[in-house]
Amino acid sequence: MSVFNIYLIGVGGQGIGLLSEIILRAADHAGHPVRAVDTHGLAQRGGSVVSQIRLGAAAHSPLIRAGEAHLVVALERHEALRAVARMARPGGTLVYYDTVWQPLPVRLGRDQEVSAAAVAEACRRRRVSPLRVRVDDLPEARMQNMAVLACLHRRGLIPGLSEAHYMTAMADLMAGDMLARNRRIFQTATTG
Amino acid sequence: MKAMGEMLLRQESFSEIVMGNTALVRSMVEAGTRVITAYPGSPTPEIATAIGSIPRQRRPFYFEFSINEKVATEVAFGAALNGHLSTVFFKSVGLNVAADTFVQLSLMNLIGGMVVVLGDDPGANSSQNEQDNRHLARMAYTPVLEPADPAEVYRFYRAAADLARKRCMPVILRLTTHVCHAKQKVAFDGWRPSEPDNTPRFDPANGSYIPLAHMVAPKKTRALANLAAAEEELAGLNTRVDNGERRRGVITSGLPYLSLLDAIGAAVQKPDILKLGLVYPLARRQVADFLRSHRQVKVLEELDDILEHEIKALAFDEKIDVEIVGKTDTGDWIGEYTPDKTAAVLGSLWPELVTLPASAVEAQVPERPPQLCPGCGHRSAFFAVKQALSRDDITVADIGCHTLGYLPPYEIGQVLACMGASTGIGSGLALFNDRRPVVVFLGDSTFFHAGLPGIVNALFNRHDITLILMENGTTAMTGHQDHPASGRNFNDVTDVIPVRQVLEGLGVKNLYETDAYRQAELVDLVRRAVADDAFAVVIARHPCMLKFTREQRRKPDYRPRRVAVDPQTCDRRHVCIARFGCPTFSRGPDGAVAVNPDLCIGDGSCVQTCPVKAISPAKSS
Repeated sequence: MSVFNIYLIGVGGQGIGLLSEIILRAADHAGHPVRAVDTHGLAQRGGSVVSQIRLGAAAHSPLIRAGEAHLVVALERHEALRAVARMARPGGTLVYYDTVWQPLPVRLGRDQEVSAAAVAEACRRRRVSPLRVRVDDLPEARMQNMAVLACLHRRGLIPGLSEAHYMTAMADLMAGDMLARNRRIFQTATTG
Repeated sequence: MKAMGEMLLRQESFSEIVMGNTALVRSMVEAGTRVITAYPGSPTPEIATAIGSIPRQRRPFYFEFSINEKVATEVAFGAALNGHLSTVFFKSVGLNVAADTFVQLSLMNLIGGMVVVLGDDPGANSSQNEQDNRHLARMAYTPVLEPADPAEVYRFYRAAADLARKRCMPVILRLTTHVCHAKQKVAFDGWRPSEPDNTPRFDPANGSYIPLAHMVAPKKTRALANLAAAEEELAGLNTRVDNGERRRGVITSGLPYLSLLDAIGAAVQKPDILKLGLVYPLARRQVADFLRSHRQVKVLEELDDILEHEIKALAFDEKIDVEIVGKTDTGDWIGEYTPDKTAAVLGSLWPELVTLPASAVEAQVPERPPQLCPGCGHRSAFFAVKQALSRDDITVADIGCHTLGYLPPYEIGQVLACMGASTGIGSGLALFNDRRPVVVFLGDSTFFHAGLPGIVNALFNRHDITLILMENGTTAMTGHQDHPASGRNFNDVTDVIPVRQVLEGLGVKNLYETDAYRQAELVDLVRRAVADDAFAVVIARHPCMLKFTREQRRKPDYRPRRVAVDPQTCDRRHVCIARFGCPTFSRGPDGAVAVNPDLCIGDGSCVQTCPVKAISPAKSS
């Protein structure tokens, strides 16, 4: 298989680490050679955080080149625009959870909040297909990542990955009640 | 669920997806490392997370977080003198702290062997600079191995440990941020635990371990002999990629090697590559062979031009007719050699070999710098301190989460250098200065790490400054490691060393303390401390709320709490959002203030900031 690059972005505290680790392990269970890297350190405190996953034997560095992400996954609207503008590959897909965590300049009144229309416009110019996810009946915000995962699976956005691969990957990383609750969202969330 | 601790001790061979930091721990287990020490700092704390996943009783080694990198190095050094294979790890700039001890190691007969694991940070992802520690390695005659990915971290540590033990010397394993944090599937060997040998084998006859003048020359001779031996024994970690190209070659190492492979992925005729695993000393024979067999060689080297100089000198000495191209531009010295950066660097020499990075679509996206968490005691402290200070006052920050105070709306901490430096810098700023009060900040973990000498100096030399000690009970920025005032070390319960009592014991007379949430009281105390005609300390304490909230969430009876803003009462003065600055508050297009339920933890530290009392605890839903 040729290379398939997945660029994940969110705000520190949104649970991007778990999401990327599930995708990484699911891809491994599906037989893809995998390379990945996450943001750690101070940026996790409310800054932009990024995870990068690369599938395929021809992927060497874990870091994706600009404009080469086949799939951009964002957990927040501003971050969706940030990633699409710089990282998305023409013809690729953006999946984003449409929530807003206002960045500092917006909260200070020095800058404008990014609109869903601005995300759509950037996608159009980049020739990227946007998929907006929003689930109103989630038990808690920290499960938005599972709703996004459900969308990735149902739309078949990552080559070769089946439900069983995702479910096994989740069981690698979680147990008991936490596993059950996350699997329930993954299987039942209405992701549009 | 896969248990990391069980995996790290598995006796049969296996493959697993791990990050570089985790692969390192398995390698330490297999190598028979007996003593491991560290001080937390990105990109290395996850090494300790992996260690902590092994129950203490089952760990085949002793581990501690020491109070700073120098002490950590000394503990590992002492253990090696007793015959134990030891390892110390810390972040890039940690080597500056450890340097006084570190530079002695290669001069000593370390009978157990010692590996120094460095987490360098090209690109300064989470460090105050991007210093290239190969300089210090060279100064200390210590060999350096540089893995490119987790599989090599695993293999290279073993090689480092083997040589360190065999020749009773120190060896450096130099990791970089995206090697520590890279993840891939690694095939691990089996592990056969051996009966530990706890015999204290220290013998002065193995030395000398004393820096007597007449011993300096023989010790240095020994270090240089070990370095020469490393060149022979570790050169096997270098690999030559033959693409059948006799005109062009690239010499590189570490993660830039992987960047190179990506950057030239589409090239029709790829250059030959010599990938160095041993970056110091240079494997001269291999490098000379490579130079001789190419007409033009690019030295693709992240950060400084150390390899470049050695390779050019080698070509000169060996009279090799080759064009060597190193750094050609200031930008070549700066930043991480990502695939995009590597393509740009290589493209300036051989444009046809690389594809340049795609340009971005124009989009206005507000920056998102890191923020103090909702409920953070530092926010309350900064909000109060700002009220107590005048515009002209000089503020100096130290390392820790409170560095984020430099951002708006607080803009406190206009100078920041390195661990423990704030009090000393502030003392200097106070000289010949009776007009602009100097206020310095320090966290409680840094207090013990390197903060004490500056404080003792301020007392000893009677510097008239105010120190605000931000006590949150943990080492928050690097992932909540315990420190001497926590009452726990990495392994067990221990006696608390209370910050306040230490200060009292030192003789601090102007000493004030309050919870940072008591903002009005804190304003008053800071004003009094600044007015004092002597060194004064204000302890602004509040537990780290990120740690606290995580602990609360694990409890079965956990109930989320929030605040609410009453839209009728709110007069849109925006103190909560624009001056207190909690990220929980958001601003509507009409200026209305809302609470983001995904972020609010209901700590209530904001309630007192509202001039019209529009904020109140929300009724539980």
